[in-house]
Amino acid sequence: MRRVYMDHAATTGVHPEVLVEMLPYLKENLGNPSSIYSWGREAKAAVEKARARVATLLGAQAAEIVFTSGGTEADNFALFGVARANRKKGNHIITTKIEHHAVLHAAQELEKEGFRVTYLPVDKDGLVRGEDLEQALTPETILVSIMFANNEVGTIEPIGELVKIVKDRNPDIIFHTDAVQAVGIIPIDVREIGVDLLSLSGHKIYGPKGVGALYIRRGTNIKPFVVGGAQERKWRAGTENVPGIVGLGKAAELAGIEMTERAQHLTQLRQALIEGIQEKIDHVRLNGHPTKRLPGNVNFSFEFVEGESLLLNLDLAGIAASSGSACTSGSLEPSHVLIALGVPPEVAHGSLRLTLGRENTQEDVEHVLTVLPEIVAKLRSMSPLVPEGV
Amino acid sequence: MYSEKVMDHFAHPRNVGEIPDADGVGQVGNPTCGDIMRIYLRVKDDRIEDIKFKTFGCGAAIATSSMLTELVKGKTLDEALAVSNRTVAEALGGLPPVKMHCSNLAADALHAAIMDYRGKQVSK
Repeated sequence: MRRVYMDHAATTGVHPEVLVEMLPYLKENLGNPSSIYSWGREAKAAVEKARARVATLLGAQAAEIVFTSGGTEADNFALFGVARANRKKGNHIITTKIEHHAVLHAAQELEKEGFRVTYLPVDKDGLVRGEDLEQALTPETILVSIMFANNEVGTIEPIGELVKIVKDRNPDIIFHTDAVQAVGIIPIDVREIGVDLLSLSGHKIYGPKGVGALYIRRGTNIKPFVVGGAQERKWRAGTENVPGIVGLGKAAELAGIEMTERAQHLTQLRQALIEGIQEKIDHVRLNGHPTKRLPGNVNFSFEFVEGESLLLNLDLAGIAASSGSACTSGSLEPSHVLIALGVPPEVAHGSLRLTLGRENTQEDVEHVLTVLPEIVAKLRSMSPLVPEGV
Repeated sequence: MYSEKVMDHFAHPRNVGEIPDADGVGQVGNPTCGDIMRIYLRVKDDRIEDIKFKTFGCGAAIATSSMLTELVKGKTLDEALAVSNRTVAEALGGLPPVKMHCSNLAADALHAAIMDYRGKQVSK
């Protein structure tokens, strides 16, 4: 059976060239970068080479990159680290309703510690409005955390404009962006957009799982989150994940080199998929912004059907995708992102996210466009929600 | 996550559809929480002569609806009333714990359909 993987926003496979660079650090290059003998020095040099590559991708200095165990830790580091370091300056944090749980749950924890958190709404396409941010700022605000691009619906936020609004009011307010879905996929220059902190992850860009980084602009007032050693210039304790860091470095380098080409390929496939679904299936709704969206993101709601049963049927046909249905999250609530966009709960339950990657082809898109309409028709034939005449 | 039996009923659901002028119809669930099950009954001599379902919901919701219809087809109404959501889950070889409450409502829909039928008999 033909198998089609279209869940690249969940994770990607390691690029062959990334694997080649990682392998020696899983085999003979076994050193701990903190050791002074040759093995240790070689490992240290490999980590520093990776740091420079990640910095180049972002337009940052190498010393501003701190490696973490992934995007979630980078987000936790940003929120807890800034809140704890700036507690005396104020107790107000601003974020949005559509953040990843790595940010949202950290914000909720900080509320329990006495911080006040504003969760900004978004418009129907998932965009944060500058005026909402402006109105939310107070003299007590110490941190603003707004994602660069949304993981579910792919909407790209106007981060540069939002940073300007914050910094014009008070340059001391720290701006963090969770850019896990955007780094290496669309151009990001941290100097140009002016953020203080930025989270990224390796496994979304054909690097390995279990490694990420936090960009910390020089001079940003933040405390370490993981403690227990002097690694990463005391910013992040714990023996470095050398093979992972090496892999992230190579993945970042390749993403920089191939970005334009990859984005063109993904955008072409994305449009074919979006137009094909709209043409072949009635009663669908494209979730997210029509143009300000990640090149590989397609997110539709199919009325009268439920997302998990869509996913299971797609899986039976060899297609991997994801959904904002409650049944796929282990909770009873449908996606908080779709609800924030104003999608009614019953329509949010019927959402399907297909996220494209570098190895997807036009044939993959055609396969999905053959299988998906049949599945939706089958589920609708079983659905008590379908009105007469549909 | 799902047993083979659940996947079999999900992929090849039995007794899907509607019964025109059904003797009893029962529906449970609501679209907000993501599961709705509707059961149609044809009753003859106090027995379920035919049963059909329509379900909006996850894999467990569809599989439990299908399993239920197989379990009670041909049974007397009292026998059918003795079938519980738990009976249906056990017949499927179990369900993931998170699905036991939200998506295991087929027997409730059946009981509602039987009540609907009996209510109509009384009023006749």
